[in-house]
Amino acid sequence: MERRAFLTTAAIGAATAAAGVSVPAMAQGKKAVIGVSIPSATHGFMGGLNWHAQETIKRLKATYPNLEFVLATAGAVGKQVNDIEDMVATRNIDALVVLPFESEPLTSPVKAVKDAGKWVTVVDRGLSQPGIEDLYVAGDNTAFGRVSGEYFKANLKPGAKIVVLRGIPTTLDNERVEAFQAAIAGSGIEILDMQHGNWNRDKAFQVMQDYLSKHKQIDAVWAADDDMAIGVMEAIAQAGRQKEMWIVGGAGMKEIIKRVMDKDPQVPVDVSYTPAQISTALEVTALRFVSDTPVYGRFIIGSTLITAENAAQFYFPNSPF
Amino acid sequence: MSDAVIQSAAGRRLPSLSALGPLLALILLVVLGASLNDNFLSAGNVTNVLARSAFIGMIAVGMTFVITSGGLDLSVGSMAAFIAGVMILGMNALLPAMGVGVPLVLAGMGIALGVGLLAGLGNGLLVTKARIEPFIVTLGTMGIFRSLVTWLADGGTISLDFGVRQLYRPVYYSGLFGIAWPIIVFAIVAIAGQVAMRHTRFGRYCEAIGSNDKVALYSAVNVERIRLLTYVLLGLLVGLATIMYVPRLGSASGSTGMLWELEAIAAVIIGGTALKGGYGRVWGTVVGVLILSLIDNILILADLVSPYLNGTIQGVIIVFAVVLQRGKSSSA
Repeated sequence: MERRAFLTTAAIGAATAAAGVSVPAMAQGKKAVIGVSIPSATHGFMGGLNWHAQETIKRLKATYPNLEFVLATAGAVGKQVNDIEDMVATRNIDALVVLPFESEPLTSPVKAVKDAGKWVTVVDRGLSQPGIEDLYVAGDNTAFGRVSGEYFKANLKPGAKIVVLRGIPTTLDNERVEAFQAAIAGSGIEILDMQHGNWNRDKAFQVMQDYLSKHKQIDAVWAADDDMAIGVMEAIAQAGRQKEMWIVGGAGMKEIIKRVMDKDPQVPVDVSYTPAQISTALEVTALRFVSDTPVYGRFIIGSTLITAENAAQFYFPNSPF
Repeated sequence: MSDAVIQSAAGRRLPSLSALGPLLALILLVVLGASLNDNFLSAGNVTNVLARSAFIGMIAVGMTFVITSGGLDLSVGSMAAFIAGVMILGMNALLPAMGVGVPLVLAGMGIALGVGLLAGLGNGLLVTKARIEPFIVTLGTMGIFRSLVTWLADGGTISLDFGVRQLYRPVYYSGLFGIAWPIIVFAIVAIAGQVAMRHTRFGRYCEAIGSNDKVALYSAVNVERIRLLTYVLLGLLVGLATIMYVPRLGSASGSTGMLWELEAIAAVIIGGTALKGGYGRVWGTVVGVLILSLIDNILILADLVSPYLNGTIQGVIIVFAVVLQRGKSSSA
């Protein structure tokens, strides 16, 4: 965590230095400063999100010389609040792109930014009070569950038996699971078991081992997350039951996308919930400052089924996720 | 109970009724599991439970010595993640030079033990030489190791090269005479730990230091050296646990080994070692580890309660297991 913070500080320092050099050269146009505040890379998904944020900022800086970015990553709620206050106080930002660590505690600090007349883009996790943000960019958890469920319904016969791994108990996880159950309703597919794998490989490995001891027949697994899918596959391999069942994960981890591309029968499809949504938020926010394009409103990124045919467009071999 | 302690100091201790508490809890759990699900006692399930206990188990055996001598180590989970990360990166880096082969895997194991030793030495020196409270030292190193592995992984996952993985995989998944390697290694560590605690000078010194370090010092025990050794031993055992862990999934990330430290400490206490030091029971620790693994296993096999309540059941059983063993000794 500390190392990340150090790197961030260094990045801000570098940005300041770069700005100092380029300001005289850029005297012709007004410069806009966009502050970006996101959680630090504590797990795979956030690692991917951090990577996409950095890549997008690099690209936007090259494309639009009058845009400047301040990126801060926070490992805790309090740190994120401080980051945002610092951005307003010392960097005089024109816009804030924020992925709130938690909704409640971030609501009033972000509102203060808005009240100061800045543009606010909120990503992925909404604030607890509506109407603060100018632009909201997020993935679609209901669609994530629904798209997965529809694939199960279309590809399993009535009477088929499946097991489900859930994430960390949260609203987000509930939305996904409810949508999944609604999508398979009436299909005759039986859910044998639903336990929490906490979006963690090791935990998913153990839960799947126990499922395999408990159930003689399993036709498919909804692992609901690519990290969990990897643990699940390893447990299935240990039991030597690879031929009996297929697995659907979710999110879009490069290793899993690669398997879908290579037509691995064990992983026929994946469902997207992309950490690249931060790129969408940054690009669209940038448009606000370089053109007259209207960009206020809500931008919900669909969760789509990734198949062997379209996998290439979801494959980022350089991303850590 | 004071009689038992005196006997234990003489190394001739017979298990008293309350010492059998955790064992009783373990037997009850096994009976419960067997009655709830036919597959509970199947070879596959028993192997799964024992093999997954092995990582925490080896760490908990080392933790028993640290706690017995009055110390504590909160960093072991993060340390395991860090060692796994360094080990995988090291093996990937050595791959072009050494090629896929047994020497490469042995080099990886060497790295794991080496890093574990250094990490344990670091903790131990900070506790003994810098004289900082073990809780604070290891809370600090816990954060350091955790963030280092996240940094090494660039926030993602460090994965072992596929070819090496195939070669290394049997270290977790295969075994000798049908017994998986992690179980064999865990058994050896546990027996060696039990012997070291009960029948060697090192074990007796640990107990002496934990019950009163001043008296131990005046009795010509090199208190600092023994304390340092307990942390080094624990670091080595974390390295050994990592050697068995890496072939399982072939990867390490910021979330590897999360909360292992608490599971290991809980196992030690359930097993009857005193949290304040002075008395250690290695076989009890092994029973404690098995209790923790079995609870998880039974909850999933049996569908007894909503998964939201799994933590509650775990908590109740942990407290119950400790009550069983402390019931009679609370007045002593």
